[in-house]
Amino acid sequence: MSAFKMFDLMSSGMLESIKIFFLTLIFTLPLGMIVAFGRMAKCSLIRNITKLYIAIMRGTPLMLQLFVVYYGPYYLFKIPLTTEYRFYAVIIGFVINYAAYFAEIYRSGIESMPKGQYEAAKVLGYNKIQTFFKIILPQVIKRILPSVTNEIITLVKDTSLAFAIGYVEMFSLAKSVSAAQTSMVPFVISGVFYFVFNLLVAFVMGRVEKKMSYYKI
Amino acid sequence: MALLEIKNIKKSFQDLEVLKNISLKVEEGDVLSIIGPSGSGKSTLLRCATMLETMDGGELIYLDEKAAWNNEKGQSVYAKKSDLRRIQGYFGLVFQNFNLFPHYTVLKNLEDAPIHVQKRDKKEVRSECMELLRRMGLEEKANAYPCELSGGQQQRVSIARALAMKPKILFFDEPTSALDPELTGEILKVMKELAQEHMTMVIVTHEMSFARDVSSRVIFMENGYIVEDGDPNEIMVNPKNERTREFLSHFNDNLG
Ligand SMILES: Nc1ncnc2c1ncn2[C@@H]1O[C@H](COP(=O)(O)OP(=O)(O)O)[C@@H](O)[C@H]1O
Ligand SMILES: [Mg+2]
Repeated sequence: MSAFKMFDLMSSGMLESIKIFFLTLIFTLPLGMIVAFGRMAKCSLIRNITKLYIAIMRGTPLMLQLFVVYYGPYYLFKIPLTTEYRFYAVIIGFVINYAAYFAEIYRSGIESMPKGQYEAAKVLGYNKIQTFFKIILPQVIKRILPSVTNEIITLVKDTSLAFAIGYVEMFSLAKSVSAAQTSMVPFVISGVFYFVFNLLVAFVMGRVEKKMSYYKI
Repeated sequence: MALLEIKNIKKSFQDLEVLKNISLKVEEGDVLSIIGPSGSGKSTLLRCATMLETMDGGELIYLDEKAAWNNEKGQSVYAKKSDLRRIQGYFGLVFQNFNLFPHYTVLKNLEDAPIHVQKRDKKEVRSECMELLRRMGLEEKANAYPCELSGGQQQRVSIARALAMKPKILFFDEPTSALDPELTGEILKVMKELAQEHMTMVIVTHEMSFARDVSSRVIFMENGYIVEDGDPNEIMVNPKNERTREFLSHFNDNLG
């Protein structure tokens, strides 16, 4: 079988990987901000619950979390497993895991903002929401961009973990094509796929960083 | 009617009593300089007056409107948010380290709050802000970002930003202390012009000759107390109080 044919067999999986990637990102970016606020909440109950959540998400393997999300409803409530739910489980698992990482990035960015920015905003009469969205957030985004890029690159590679609960994404196809053809080529193709995907991520993030370099903090 | 009236402010940080029963009135047109050794509570006083710190006890009144008063236990109680928001509009504050918004251009630093906080007409605000920049000699910097300006220019922008809100009283906390010595002059000149236009100002400063020549009144603070309050010439040229004399002796070169 030609490499081209193998690529063709794997291409539907590539689309799945890309889908997981974008859906995770779309839900995680805002959810991470909410978690970050929980982590910095004045109310100690909310703060401690969020802290525990982040600790669990960061302290246990993503693969295990995917198992729990996918098999949990079945083992606990005997809800039958469906292919449809498999997809939801992948997205839910990735989102709750990555939200914890993004929350910590947001929090470090927010906490690194000088107090003077808040004070200047307060004296000028900005309310809390204006202060956050107009003054603080744009600067936080600039500050955290390098860490966000790192996290996104990790996410690209982590999409392959969906394979663990039997979701047919690129990596699982690579494995089956490779087994059927007793060939290394599918693995090489998948390596190139992740590599090129991450080159694109780095390129895009580089553009964003450049776009924000019109001012210095 | 006093523009600002502070009655018996008390403020502690943990065990440290920083302001011990300070009272003070600022009338329209006053240019009040606050001098005193570092750590004497000058910044804390300004931060209490601008509501960046909450007072432990005492009253804060702007134009007869109470921002804070004492409850029966002598603790400060603040007015409700909507009242504080209005009172907030009566004053402006110029920080030692400018605190400009780095992601906004100079012009946007000036006009954003008047437009989005005070909800004033955009065109009108724009032309007023351009006029302010002209007066500060920064017209051609309108579209520059703060990081592209010198410290002196940044501080002039921050003064213009405060003025764009049309405050009735403007506070300065050591506005020249973060600047290289050769840049302090341009800021002092701007402040002098404001004084000549009868802008009401309260200025914490270590520039003794400025305090003596420009202000209409000087307060000497030490250890959380106001030690002296009066005419700059009396306090600074012939200080009667032992502590004031001692403090000023460190600046004799400047006053020469
Ligand atoms: N946020 C704070 N927490 C604890 N101590 C503070 C704080 N702000 C000021 N202080 C202390 O209060 C005292 C007065 O400070 P400050 O008002 O800044 O004096 P000044 O401006 O006259 O130099 C100093 O001893 C300072 O360390
Ligand atoms: Mg100070």
